[in-house]
Amino acid sequence: MKTFDYVRPATVAEAVAAAAQPGAAYLAGGTNLLDLMKGGVSRPDRLVDVTHLDGLDQIERLADGGVRIGALVSNADLAHDSDFAKSYPAVAEALLSGASAQLRNAATVGGNLLQRTRCAYFYDTASRCNKREAGSGCDARGGENRTHAVLGWSENCIATHPSDFCVPLVALDAIVEIEGRSGRREIALDELHRLPGDTPERETAFEPGDLIVALRLPPAARGFAAHARYLKVRDRTSYAFAVVSAAAALRIEDGKIVEARLAFGGVAAKPWRARAAEDVLRNVAPTVDAFQEAARRALADAKPSGDNAFKIELARRIVVRALSLAAAGTPARIPALPASPFAPTSGAIHARA
Amino acid sequence: MPELNLTSAPAHLRHGSNIGQPLTRRDGVLKVKGQATYAADNHPPGMLFAVMAVASISRGRVISLDVSAAKRHPGVVDIMTSDHKPALAIDPDIKTNPFVFRMEVLQSNKVRYANQPIAVVIAETLEAATEGAALLAPRYETLPPFVGLDAGDSFVPPVVGVGNPTENHRGEVEAGLASAEKQIDATYETPPQYHNAMEPHAIVAAWDGDKLSVDMPTQGLMLSLARIAELFGVAHDKIHIRSPFLGGGFGSKGFMAGPQTLGIMAAKLVGKPVKLVVRREQMFGPVGHRAPTRQRLRIGADGEGRLTAIDHHARTVSSTFDDFYEPAADASHTLYAAPAIRTSHDAVRVNTGTPLFMRAPGEATGSIALESAIDEMAWACGLDPLAFRLRNYAEVEPITGKPFSSKALRACYEQGAARFGWTKRPLQPRQMRDDAGLLVGWGMGTATFPALMFQAQARAVLRRDGSGAMEIGAHDMGQGAWTALAQIAADELGLDIDRVEFKAGSSDLPDAGIAGGSAHTATAGSAIHSAGAAVISKLADLATSDERSPLFGAGNAGVIARDGRLIRRDDESRGESYSEILARAGVAEVEARGTGAPNPAAMEEYAMHAHGAVFVEVKVDPELGQIRVTRMVGAFAAGRIVNPRMVQSQLFGGMIWGMSFALHEEAITDRRTGRIMNANLGEYHIPVNADVPPLDVITVEEHDPHVNALGIKGVGEIGITGSAGAVANAVWHATGVRVRRFPIRIEDLLTQL
Repeated sequence: MKTFDYVRPATVAEAVAAAAQPGAAYLAGGTNLLDLMKGGVSRPDRLVDVTHLDGLDQIERLADGGVRIGALVSNADLAHDSDFAKSYPAVAEALLSGASAQLRNAATVGGNLLQRTRCAYFYDTASRCNKREAGSGCDARGGENRTHAVLGWSENCIATHPSDFCVPLVALDAIVEIEGRSGRREIALDELHRLPGDTPERETAFEPGDLIVALRLPPAARGFAAHARYLKVRDRTSYAFAVVSAAAALRIEDGKIVEARLAFGGVAAKPWRARAAEDVLRNVAPTVDAFQEAARRALADAKPSGDNAFKIELARRIVVRALSLAAAGTPARIPALPASPFAPTSGAIHARA
Repeated sequence: MPELNLTSAPAHLRHGSNIGQPLTRRDGVLKVKGQATYAADNHPPGMLFAVMAVASISRGRVISLDVSAAKRHPGVVDIMTSDHKPALAIDPDIKTNPFVFRMEVLQSNKVRYANQPIAVVIAETLEAATEGAALLAPRYETLPPFVGLDAGDSFVPPVVGVGNPTENHRGEVEAGLASAEKQIDATYETPPQYHNAMEPHAIVAAWDGDKLSVDMPTQGLMLSLARIAELFGVAHDKIHIRSPFLGGGFGSKGFMAGPQTLGIMAAKLVGKPVKLVVRREQMFGPVGHRAPTRQRLRIGADGEGRLTAIDHHARTVSSTFDDFYEPAADASHTLYAAPAIRTSHDAVRVNTGTPLFMRAPGEATGSIALESAIDEMAWACGLDPLAFRLRNYAEVEPITGKPFSSKALRACYEQGAARFGWTKRPLQPRQMRDDAGLLVGWGMGTATFPALMFQAQARAVLRRDGSGAMEIGAHDMGQGAWTALAQIAADELGLDIDRVEFKAGSSDLPDAGIAGGSAHTATAGSAIHSAGAAVISKLADLATSDERSPLFGAGNAGVIARDGRLIRRDDESRGESYSEILARAGVAEVEARGTGAPNPAAMEEYAMHAHGAVFVEVKVDPELGQIRVTRMVGAFAAGRIVNPRMVQSQLFGGMIWGMSFALHEEAITDRRTGRIMNANLGEYHIPVNADVPPLDVITVEEHDPHVNALGIKGVGEIGITGSAGAVANAVWHATGVRVRRFPIRIEDLLTQL
C-alpha cells in the first residue's frame, strides 16, 4: 500500500501540531480508516496515532450531573459501563447494535463520531464521488441507492452518516470537546456534521489538526433514562448498518410528556435531530395518535433520492414504534438483540392487528 | 505432501463398524491449533508475492497501464501484462473438454467483465505488490455494457448445466393447463450470488526446470492437473498439486480459473516461487458465481388439488465469452406428479464473469421458485401445503416415468412435520402472533438433489505390522472427507480407524474425481470400497491357498475381514491376523487398487435422488417489515449416512444457505456499469450468528441398493433446496404478502403489511 509517515505523539498538543499539516489523519481504533486506506479511498501521507495519549480513556461523572467520555474509550467499554448504561440506556443500546463485538472492542468514541459514509460509490474509487473527489460528480444518483438519504441531501451527494452511536447522542444534546491549533473549544454534536449542499467533501465543522478529546452529555440527558430507546431496522439481525434507525427519549410526568427527544440514523448525511416532532410531543399524553403526528412532522421534508421512497414510510413507522417503546419504559436490561424489533423484551405495542 | 498427523483422540476410537459412527473431525485439532496447512500458508524459500490488478469497467479495453510507476515502487520485481507474459502452450479459450472454464489470463487487452484480471504485480512483499497494482492506474476505452436479465436478445442455449437438454417435456402441458380448475401463473426472480468461500482462491506455484509444484485449494485435483498440463505444455507426471484442506469450495474451486493460472504464469515469468491470493473483492468476477434467473411457472390443478401440468421456464444469463447456463427449470423434473411437465430455458449474454456451479446449481434457484409456486397453488386449492404435496407425491419420477432407486420422502414429510408441530398450522395466512405481537408464519418446502457419481480410483495396502493404508486423491472442503472416507477405509480394510493410514488431498495419489455434485463420498467411498475388497481378496488368497493357515481351503468368499484378522465365515473361531498371514508368506505388504464409478445399468433403470422436507417458522414485524427466521426443521433421506455428525453439519450449512437465499444474498450490480457495488462481506449479506435460529436436522433412514455398493446418496447440496422456498412460504404465511423477488427485502413487505 501507499507509504506514509507514522507518528506517535506524546501529548495532545504534539498530536494537534502533527496532524495540522495537509494529508495527515488521526488513527485511533482504525476500524474505518484502515479499510479506507486499503481500498485507496483515503490515502493519507501521515498517520498520527493518538491511541497512546494519556487521559483520553476515562468516563467521568461530572459534578453538574453530566458525564464526560474520553475520546479513546472503546465503544464496548462505554456500552458495558453499567453506570453509563443505566443513565443513558439508549446510547448503550445504540452502541451494542452497531458492528460486531470485535469491532466494538477496537472502535473508539472519538472515531465513531467521525466515521465516513458507507455509500458504495464513495468506497469505490472507480466511481465518481463528490465527497471523495470534490466536483467529480455523484454516481450514487441514478445508481443502486435504496439505502441512501431521504433528508437533507443535495444533487451533489445523497450519502448517509452510518453511526448508531451518534443518533441518541444528538438527541441528548451531546457536546464535542475539540483540541485544535487555537486551543480548546466545544461544539454541539448536532453542529459537527454538515449537510452536503454544494460541498459534500466538507463533512464536518473541523479545521485541520482538530482532535476530539472528549464527548460530554449535559446534566439534562440523564432525565430521560426511564424512557429511552434506540430502534434500528436493518437487512439482517446483526452486523448491518441501519436502513433507518431512531432514538427516542421522553420525560414523562403525571401521564404527560414533558419533553421529547427524537433523532434518526441512516436517513441523512448527519444524525438527524427531529426537532419539529419533538415540539408536537410537548405536554401531550404519550398516545399512538400523538406519535403518529410526530412521525408526520419528522418526515415532512423527506423526499426520495432514488429507489428509497420506502425509507420515508419506514422512518415514520420507526418513529411511532420507538416512541411507543420509550413510553413503555426502558427495560431493566439491554435486550439480547439490542435495538432490534425482535428484542424479546421489546414491549412493543403492535397497534395494527 | 506435508505429513499430516491427524489426531487420535478417544472420541475417534471405535471398534467394529466405523461407518455410521459420529466421529469428530480427525483434522479438527490441527485446524483449531492453526496447524492445518492451507495453500496460502506455504512459503517456499525465495517466494515472491503476486497481486492482481482487476478491471473497473465491465466492457471495453485497457488502453494504458502505468507500468513504470508500478515498477519504480520499492520491492516490485515485475509486472505481468498482456504484453509481457510467458507464452501458454494452447489458447486458453479452446475447449479441449466440456469442463474447460474460459479464463482471463492476459491474452489480450479486452475487458469482458468487471473485476477481470488485467495485470499481475509481483513483488518481494504483499504490501509492495498491492501498492504496485494500485499504481498501474489503468485507462480504458469503455463500451456500453450489457447488464441484467433484459440486456439483449435472448437465445436458447444448446444445453444447460452439464449437458442437460435445454427443454424437456412429458405429456400435454397446454392441454393440462387448459383443463385445470385452478391455475397459477407467476414469475420469480433470483439475484446473482457469489460463492465467497472463507478461503479465497489462492496458489503457491514453484517451477523447478520443467517440474511444477503447486499448493492450491481445488475440488478437482486431476481436473486441475490436466488443465495446467495442457496450458503450460507440461507432462502430467511433472506436476504435483497439494490440496490437503480447502476453506470451502461450493463449486467455485472445481475448475482451474484465471487467478490460479496467473499465479503459475507469474512464477514462470520471474523464475521464483510465487504466491497469489485473490482479494475478497476480486472473488466477485473471475471465479464463477450463481447466475440470476427470472422464472415463470404456470401450474394447473384439478378440483381435487391434483396437478394437471407444470410449465417451468427460466431465463438466465451467461458471460459474453463462455457458456454456463443455470439449469433452474430442471428442478421441476422430479418432485411432483404432474401428468404433463415442460421445462425450458433461454438466456442473454451480459458483461459478467462466467457463471458456474454454486451449491445446488439449478436446484437452488429452481427450487425456490417451484416451492413458492406449489405453495401458491396449495393455497389456491384451499389445501394445507403438506397435504397438497402429499396429494401430488411422485411415486415414479415424473419427467421420465422411472421408478426411484429409493425414496423416503414420505417419511421425511412425516418426521419433519411431527418434529415441527405442523398440524397446528392454520390454513389462512396472517393468523399467528407471538406474545410481542410479531406476525408468525410457518412454511415448508421439499428438498431434492440427484444422487450422482463420478469416477474414482483408490489404492489399498495391508502391512505386516498389522496396519493398513488407503490412498486416494480426495478433497476435504470442510465437509469432513478426512474423517468420513477414513471411516469407510477402516471398514473395508477390516481395521480399526487408528490402524489405517489415510492419505488424501494430493495429486500423486489415485484420482478421486471431482468433489462436486454431492457425489464425493459416494464416488471416493466406492473406490475405497473396491480397493479394500481387492486387497482383502489378495490377502485371503495368500491364506486360503496355504496349507499352514487355519483358513486353508475356505475360499475367497469364505473369509471375513474383521479387527485385523481374517476369519472363516463357516466357523468364526478359526482365523488368523493379517500380520501372521503376511509374515508367513514372507511379504512386507499386499496392495490393490479399486475403482468407483456409476452403474449405467442402474441409472438406466432408476431415478436416483436424495429427498427432504424443510419446515420453517419466521417472525415478521407487522409494521417495520423486518424478518427473522426463528425455527428450522429439516428431515432428509440421503441413503446411508457415513458420519452423522459431519452430515448434520452439511445439512445445517445448506439450510442456513437456503435462508440466506431467501432473505439475504444478492450481488448488487450497478445497472449502468455492470459493476458489483457490494463486493465485500460487510455489504454482501449472508446470515450472521444472530440470524440463525435453532436448527433441527433429522436424517431419515433409507436403504438404497441401487445407487452404489455403499448405498450413499450425498448430502452436500440438498440442504439449500427446499429451505429457501420454505422460508419464502413462511413469510407469506406470516404476512399474507407473496414476494416473488429474492432476497425478500423490508420494502417488499412494508407497504403491503
